[in-house]
Amino acid sequence: MIWQLDIILLLLVVICAAAAITVKNLFSATVLFGAFSFLMCMLWTEMGAVDVAFTEAAVGAGVSTAFFIAAIYQTSRRSKD
Amino acid sequence: MIQRTENIIIRTICRILIPAIQLFGLYVIAHGHGSPGGGFQGGCILAASFILMVIALGLEETKRRFTEKLNNIFSSLGVFVYAWTGWMCLLLGANFLDYSVLSAILPADPIKARYLGMFSIEVGVGITVMAVMVSLFIDLVTGGKHGEGL
Repeated sequence: MIWQLDIILLLLVVICAAAAITVKNLFSATVLFGAFSFLMCMLWTEMGAVDVAFTEAAVGAGVSTAFFIAAIYQTSRRSKD
Repeated sequence: MIQRTENIIIRTICRILIPAIQLFGLYVIAHGHGSPGGGFQGGCILAASFILMVIALGLEETKRRFTEKLNNIFSSLGVFVYAWTGWMCLLLGANFLDYSVLSAILPADPIKARYLGMFSIEVGVGITVMAVMVSLFIDLVTGGKHGEGL
């Protein structure tokens, strides 16, 4: 484990998570959540849990982002700002 | 419904990419017990290839290649494979999913039978995860009305 890489990845994970729940646009939140999933995947690979990282990359960053975008297709804007 | 795109770049890239993704998914399923990966991850990768097919080729053409009936059959076939691998162990007098007794019906010694039992479990999980993920995506993207929404 390289602690400098750990610090950078953890910082980016926290930034992505905070941005994903504060941003107003749903599509931006989905993309930020995908970035969060990918950073978590890199963090798990760095910690040696390759199987968990593989699951996170396949499900978190791949399929669930497509699911969220498909769900956003069904929503509509309440206000026209 | 998602219409098929006429963009030649997207169609060509998808035509090249989809078989490669499916081959990688099958590799992940088949090597799940010895290396990182397994039924769930491989099934998700296979489902991602079908999601890419829906996005690029449209829902109509995807349904013509991978019909809903086939999807339903796959989603129950995986559970069937998993459950019968376990129940065969029960019927041969061991615990559920205790694969080593499968050597009585397979032409293999107990260690090889354990390997084959794990492999069939991975295949069952992969088939079910693939079919359920694809049907979830189609349900989500059409709002439950297959073929009329969006």
